[in-house]
Parts: sequence; C-alpha cells; structure tokens
Amino acid sequence: MLTIGKASFTSRLLLGTGKFSDLDIQSQAVEAAETEILTFAVRRLNLEERDKQHFLDMLDLSRYTLLPNTAGATTAVEAIRIAKLAKASGLCDMIKVEVIGDSKTLLPDPFETLKASDKLLEEGFIVLPYISDDVILAKRLQELGVHAVMPGASPIGTGHGLLNPFSLGLIIEQAEVPVIVDAGIRSPGDAAMAMQLGADAVLLNTAVSGAKDPVKMAEAMKLAVRAGRYGFEAGMIPVKRYASASSPTEGMVQA
Amino acid sequence: MKLTINGQSMTFSNRITHVNQLLHELDVKVKTVVVELNRHILSREDHDEAVLKDGDCLEIVHFVGGG
Repeated sequence: MLTIGKASFTSRLLLGTGKFSDLDIQSQAVEAAETEILTFAVRRLNLEERDKQHFLDMLDLSRYTLLPNTAGATTAVEAIRIAKLAKASGLCDMIKVEVIGDSKTLLPDPFETLKASDKLLEEGFIVLPYISDDVILAKRLQELGVHAVMPGASPIGTGHGLLNPFSLGLIIEQAEVPVIVDAGIRSPGDAAMAMQLGADAVLLNTAVSGAKDPVKMAEAMKLAVRAGRYGFEAGMIPVKRYASASSPTEGMVQA
Repeated sequence: MKLTINGQSMTFSNRITHVNQLLHELDVKVKTVVVELNRHILSREDHDEAVLKDGDCLEIVHFVGGG
C-alpha cells in the first residue's frame, strides 16, 4: 500500500491528465492504468469555449484522488495562490508543489519550492513537492513535514528516463516519506527501474498521453510499476564479478 | 455594471448582484469552478452571498489536464 498523509492507495502509478488527443482515449488510458491518483492543472476558464467538455466532469470522483499541481508558478507566492484556488474547489486537499525556476529546462526552483511547501503545510495542505534529484533538499523538505517528495527522473517531457539513479537511490535510502519519481519517464523500463530502486510510486504523463497507443502504454506502465515493485520487494541478487553455476557441479555424466 | 473577468472587461445588467447569478448568466457548464473576487478566494458556499459591484475584478478558474 502507498500511504500519503492519511490516505492509502493500492496503485503505485500516478497519472497526469495533460496532452491527451481526445477525451475518449484519455478515459480508456486512465482505466487501463488502474491509477487512483490523477494530476490536474489550475487554469482560467476560457469564456469563449464555455461549452467545451472537460475531462474532470467525466470522472467518477469517488474513484480518484485529485492531485492538482501549481504548474505555471515561478514563485512561492504564485504557487500558494494556485494551491488555495485548487483547494477551494472542495475536491481535494493534496497539492503537487511545482515551482519552475527556468523556462528552458522546466527544472524546479528549490528555494521557492521550500518556501511554498512550508507555507502550505502551515495551511493544512497535504504537500507533495516536485524537486530535482537533490538529496539534501529532499531531507530539508521532510524536516518541514511534507507528505511525499517527488524527484524528477529527468526534465519534464524529455523522456530521458532516469538520468541519475545514484541520487534517486540516495533520496530513497534516507526518505521517511514516500518517494514518487516524477517527470522524464519514457518507457515501461524506466518506470520499472524507478520502482526497482525502491521508489514508492511513479508519476508520469507524456509517456502515456504522447505514446502512439496511449491505452496500451498505460497498461504497460501499470505492469511495469508492479513488476519493478515486486522486484524490489523480492530482493535482488548481488552483482558478482565472476560466474557462478546455476546447475550443480556434482553428479556430472561421465564419458 | 462593468466587471473584469479573467482579464476581460464585460458589461452585465444590474439584475446581476451576486456571484452565483453571474455564473448562471455566463452559462458556465463546467461543474467545478473556483471564483476569486478582488483577489479573495471564495468557497462554493460563498457564491450565493458574495455581492458584486461595479468595477469588481474576478478570476474564474477550473481544473484542466496537466501533469
């Protein structure tokens, strides 16, 4: 079970809802992923497109936990405002704190992320900050009392997979709260690798929504996350320098 | 009455006095919207009682796809 704050989840795959080509495919992909946590962004209502159908309205909200993000924020002040707007919907009390420090890499600003997380914890939010793979920042955030840390595997939407498994491993090792590897995942192999390292969950979006067959990819990611977790739980053999036979060396058939 | 909604200047009849009436007038189909009135975030329950006056500035937001 994945426990974040007071809530527990069977699925360890969190899915973003951005960039799907159509709502039907999106529904099928969400279904195939068997995810229980969906991320959303907060945006102005487009007054010219008031009739447009939105994914949230199609959802059975009793089946999902909503994890709105503060995407678009570049300062703690902006992130806090977005978080409060999200919470005022009455649909959720979790927030993915996402404060971008640079428009080219979309890497998160560690200082503003820390500030925003601190304030939002004070306000009673369940706080899940999106961070770089920085071990000390992850520690500092935990000391503040965040409910999970979400280090990126590689920059958002790049599909570079796990650029620094070493740092992710260190974050996981020292973590006292769930570690959710977020961003940069491309393949089911990436997702499995993150879980194998001991991550508690994986959050991805583009890897599914941008796939040629998003529904099949959602299914693949579900299985990969499960496989990686099972591998981690089962405990892998140590790596050795030289071969060791799998078959007995005694009782060989003689010539 | 003139209101600025999501950065856009719009004119409404003086019959519209409260936020819930405005949402009705705008014919907002999205089930869950959050309204910020002059930088003050309203809860859903506030919509019925929040009074609008000429020159007010509103943000109407909702959840869209995102990661």
